[in-house]
Amino acid sequence: MARGVVTFYSDRCKACGLCMLFCPKQIMDFDKTSINSLGYHPVSVAKPEECNGCGICALMCPDLVIEVGRE
Amino acid sequence: MQRVLMKGNEAIAEGAIRAGCKGFFGYPITPSSEIAEYMARKMPALGGVFVQAESELAAINMVYGGAATGSRVMTASSGPGISLKQEGISFLAEGELPCLIVDICRGGPGLGGIQPSQADYFQATRGGGHGDYHIIVLAPSSAQEMMDFTMLGFELADKHRSPVMIMAEGTLGNLIEPVVLRDAVTEFVDKPWAITGCRGRQPNIVNTLHMPVELLQTRNQHLTKKYEAIRSEEIRSEEFMTEDADLILVAYGIMARIARKAVINARQLGLKTGLIRPITLWPYPYETLGRAARHCKAMVSVEISTVGQMIEDIRLAAEGKVPVHYIGEIGRTPNPEEITQQLLAIAEREGLR
Amino acid sequence: MKIIAKKPESLTGAKYHYCPGCTHGIIHRLVAEVMDELDIREQTIGICPVGCSVLAYDYFNCDMLEAAHGRAPAIATAIKRLLPDRYLFTYQGDGDLASIGMGEIVHASMRGEKITTIFVNNTLYGMTGGQMAPTTLLGQVTTTSPYGRKAEWEGYPAKMCELLSINEGAAYVCRTAVNNPANIIKTKKAIKKAFQIQAEGLGFTMVEVLSTCPTNWGLSPTDALKWMEEHMIPYYPLGEFKVKGE
Repeated sequence: MARGVVTFYSDRCKACGLCMLFCPKQIMDFDKTSINSLGYHPVSVAKPEECNGCGICALMCPDLVIEVGRE
Repeated sequence: MQRVLMKGNEAIAEGAIRAGCKGFFGYPITPSSEIAEYMARKMPALGGVFVQAESELAAINMVYGGAATGSRVMTASSGPGISLKQEGISFLAEGELPCLIVDICRGGPGLGGIQPSQADYFQATRGGGHGDYHIIVLAPSSAQEMMDFTMLGFELADKHRSPVMIMAEGTLGNLIEPVVLRDAVTEFVDKPWAITGCRGRQPNIVNTLHMPVELLQTRNQHLTKKYEAIRSEEIRSEEFMTEDADLILVAYGIMARIARKAVINARQLGLKTGLIRPITLWPYPYETLGRAARHCKAMVSVEISTVGQMIEDIRLAAEGKVPVHYIGEIGRTPNPEEITQQLLAIAEREGLR
Repeated sequence: MKIIAKKPESLTGAKYHYCPGCTHGIIHRLVAEVMDELDIREQTIGICPVGCSVLAYDYFNCDMLEAAHGRAPAIATAIKRLLPDRYLFTYQGDGDLASIGMGEIVHASMRGEKITTIFVNNTLYGMTGGQMAPTTLLGQVTTTSPYGRKAEWEGYPAKMCELLSINEGAAYVCRTAVNNPANIIKTKKAIKKAFQIQAEGLGFTMVEVLSTCPTNWGLSPTDALKWMEEHMIPYYPLGEFKVKGE
């Protein structure tokens, strides 16, 4: 199975949650341990090993937060 | 040197073509429409663009877009149409987009009439749109000057990155006179700011929005400096027999030609009169008028307007040193004899005879 | 490693000022991805409107011009006529295009101007605080239709694709939405098709994109997507309304 590598530009994240809503693996969540410069808990991948690199999170993201690679 | 008979409006259009105008965007309105018609006939063969816009609002915004490409572009209209264009002119001033706007004036307010008028003086010289800005306003007084000032207008527009207006009465637009055709302009200034696609360079942006207060202030200070430079370099006026004059007439456009004859008439009747003709209505020749006010006994504004509009500038220039009288009406252009009679009456009141 | 998604070159990467979950950002990216894929960034000139996307000139990495409210199609007309080998796009909201700019958009489409309009419909004036737009749905509460839009008071919502597609000059008119991944992919295809039809010189092209305004709708970003699906799409059906030659 393909493995995805997701990079977050967390300082851009406004925590809208659109990426999380459509993640087919439902492996994304807000990082409640950090607050970015915009004042939000930025989104991150809670279980990176389960990411298949489909890119849907980046497709839904309005703010260019997410870069997706596939191995 | 070719000398031909031309309507003032046609002289403007031909002058624009000779100045390298590549785009005309207009909307029909009497008494300016011959300019659009001339351009519609000529532009296709010259590789230029003619668009009859859906409104004056669209036309001036086409000028905004066209000027942003760095091409020489123009529009022409009359009073009510110019009113509609004022928003766009404000944007052009702040976008610093060079272009030519022709106002062939008719009487107002409202729909008014299509007879000659100079009642657009306020909206031409006061930056009729919103915000702190000015545009250069040139007032020709013959068909020849309609051509020459059009060409000069494009040059000044490029030099100062500013809209330039030609303001002329409907009379002048429709007056047929001999015109010497000028040579076509072949050298143009570079416009590295133009919106042309960013091949091989950083993107250019044409924008008039400045949300941070510092930026708004910087932009307005920049424009203010530019207007100071225009004031110091571009004021144009003519004087006629003013040296020893007791009574100085001030008139522009076609009124200046008529007033000149009235000065000669009055002199023959023993009244020492003279004439100052502002050529740039903005920047206004305040200093020339101010100097005259120091040695004459009274001044007279002669306008095709009932309220009197330029008279306010004359009063500013005279600084209360001399009384400023008014001769003017709208809908018809007074003849020299009528003006002479009124000058005699004014001279009587002022004790000059 | 194969990169699946990253910032397109045709965006500057400046942080958007848009509210959380506002789909303007998605639409910006799609336009930019199309410019990248067609390799036309350096030949493209964009015109931004007055409204929420007024600052789009900071975001698109190509020559940009900021228009007076509603006048973008007139400006684009002149630029395209003077520079016919460039790609022109206007990016306009529903207040800008369907209200104050109704005249300009109708005439640009009737003249068949070879430009591409990206029309972002979120049913209200976002920037000024959520007032009623021509596109506001019947019954929808806005700050200037506080009792819900009523047909007898405010008339009916403007269907711009339907209106413009009857013009002979319109070569491509399509309505899409960005409420889910499938529709986002369709939106990008439509934008690409519009630019390609522009290049073929067939006439005016427009993609109306249904967009969200979570802030002024008073909904969370995810609920706003549902609202769009349940309320907007039934009134504003998706699909191609005009493809010249088809």
